[in-house]
Amino acid sequence: MAEVSVRKVVKAYEGNVQAVKGIDLEIADHEFCVLVGPSGCGKSTTLRMIAGLEEITSGEIAIGGTVVNDIPPRDRDIAMVFQNYALYPHMSVYENMAFGLTLRKFPKAEIAKRVNNAARILDIEPLLARKPKALSGGQRQRVAMGRAIVRDPKVFLFDEPLSNLDAKLRVQMRTEIKKVHQTVRTTTVYVTHDQVEAMTLADRVVVMNHGVIEQVGPPQELYHHPRTRFVAGFIGSPAMNFFPARVENGSGALRVMLPNNIVLPVPADRTARYQGAVGREMIFGIRPEHLTEPKNLDRDNIAVFEVTPEVIEPMGMETLVHFWMQGAEICARIDPTTPAEPGRPMQLAADLNHMHLIDVESGRVL
Amino acid sequence: MVADGSHAPGGMASRSRGRANAMQRFARRRSTVAFLMTVPLLAIIIGLVAYPAAYAIYLSTLNRRMTAFAGTLNFELLFESDTFWMVAFQSCFFAITAVVLKASIGFWLAHMLHHIPDKGQRKWRGMLLVPWVIPPALSTLGWWWMFDPSYSSINWLLAVISVPEVPWLGHHWWARIAIIMVNVWIGAPFFMIMYLAALKSVPEQLYEAAMIDGASSFQRLRYVTLPMMANIISITVLFSLIVTFANYDIVRVLTNGGPRDLTHVFASYAFQVGILSGNIPRGAAVSLFMFPILALCAFFVLRSVTRRNKEQM
Repeated sequence: MAEVSVRKVVKAYEGNVQAVKGIDLEIADHEFCVLVGPSGCGKSTTLRMIAGLEEITSGEIAIGGTVVNDIPPRDRDIAMVFQNYALYPHMSVYENMAFGLTLRKFPKAEIAKRVNNAARILDIEPLLARKPKALSGGQRQRVAMGRAIVRDPKVFLFDEPLSNLDAKLRVQMRTEIKKVHQTVRTTTVYVTHDQVEAMTLADRVVVMNHGVIEQVGPPQELYHHPRTRFVAGFIGSPAMNFFPARVENGSGALRVMLPNNIVLPVPADRTARYQGAVGREMIFGIRPEHLTEPKNLDRDNIAVFEVTPEVIEPMGMETLVHFWMQGAEICARIDPTTPAEPGRPMQLAADLNHMHLIDVESGRVL
Repeated sequence: MVADGSHAPGGMASRSRGRANAMQRFARRRSTVAFLMTVPLLAIIIGLVAYPAAYAIYLSTLNRRMTAFAGTLNFELLFESDTFWMVAFQSCFFAITAVVLKASIGFWLAHMLHHIPDKGQRKWRGMLLVPWVIPPALSTLGWWWMFDPSYSSINWLLAVISVPEVPWLGHHWWARIAIIMVNVWIGAPFFMIMYLAALKSVPEQLYEAAMIDGASSFQRLRYVTLPMMANIISITVLFSLIVTFANYDIVRVLTNGGPRDLTHVFASYAFQVGILSGNIPRGAAVSLFMFPILALCAFFVLRSVTRRNKEQM
């Protein structure tokens, strides 16, 4: 097991197209680190550079303190789980899992011990004699993980391993992966475009966009304290609501002016933080769960306003209310017992203790 | 048959409406439609395969003048003939050596091409396919000139590097090698194009997984490429074995079976015996000899292909 260091790593393709633009990332021993971002953000390229499947244009990558830039994948002591599993179709499950060990000339007894142990952890013991063709998607995924586990490598690399599974199985396998990590404690780098996967699995989430790292932090920190507009919008489902806004100074307190003449008082503890935004074009951000029916809210920092819902989505444990404000779709989360009907005006309250103000120019959250 | 099927209901209708309805129902049945659609293929198989094969079997049982039934006499005489056993040996030697060489060279070429960037690849692919698309009789004639004892350009090139003259078509072993060389030159591009297609269909991630599992480039070839291509290799080898066994034109143009009938293969020997020497029943017996050998090969190869398909696809 080992830590992974990514230092000023750049990946440029022909025509000087930069897929990864000089990123720095330190992944600690035993850590479960998830790289997340939209497609084309450079997350998979970063993972493949750690694996040695892509050359590094500049910068360096170290695994366990050793710079691996010029070390081929097989000597990096890593194991990788691919999106389409990449199981060898002509080998049985046992042979698939044993392949890496056989190539490394492990004694037969040791191979059998490791494969059986991994099969027990993953609950695939009855499948060992089967060929991949005779397995379901979830079982194939387990075998792919088994192939990684038996190697007992320094680092596990996962490249969107759950993308090919149906929604139910994805949730199940997510738990499975987390359980396996808790058992084997191997340093893990996991790539996904699904922010729910990232939030649920990670010790630390790395949000990437356009080849740069937007923010690194534990899931809760990213959720509650996003540093950029991109992170604020990417993390969380349904996504954070954004409104064009202006901050004004009025009689000792700051006010946020939203479209439709909605005026929101800035909580006193944030006055100093937002002082610099006065008079400038800003974006006001608030998550759907902080835009809810006006009850049980701290009366000091709520602002109640009226909206006309256009779509109501009852989810069971909550109800999502969608309405439009100046062309932007806004989503609120209300209690399922609160009556709501499309077209019938209702009152919503914004919890301003959880508001975000984003600088339009820099995209930074103040 | 199609015409019969469509006319019949109309004709029947005048006599019995019930019967006509039954015929219409019959004509509309899926199995009937399916059968009618296979009729052209059946006609081709019956006309061009089954009938000639049956006729060859019939011919091989006649006496030389084709006037009386001679039973297995033609086969018995063949078994006693040294020339025939030499032809059998030469056919097997020629077919097996040529197919192994074609497959190996084709595989090597396919690998080389696969690693050329797409842009340049098409150019090379086109050039390498040329030997396969030239009519074999024509290209063999070209080779015949190059092997010619007086004007051999190959010998001239060999002389440049001080290698003594080679009696290409004059000595039976050299002649056999020359025939194999020409056959390989014509046939290797077919293997190349088939293997290139197969190589392109192996998922890149399998190689990446093998690389991470610790496989060297040779091990990736041994444990990923070859097993993934096993089916296409078996089928192309079988196909080529059949075609090479039955090869006629190269031997006919290059050596005409000589020197001293030592380079004949089944097809050219059958022609020699049956047409040139006028013993058609004996010629038919020679040509029938290939059938059991190839049928056995086809049986085993296709069985293993089916088994692999069931397991992997």
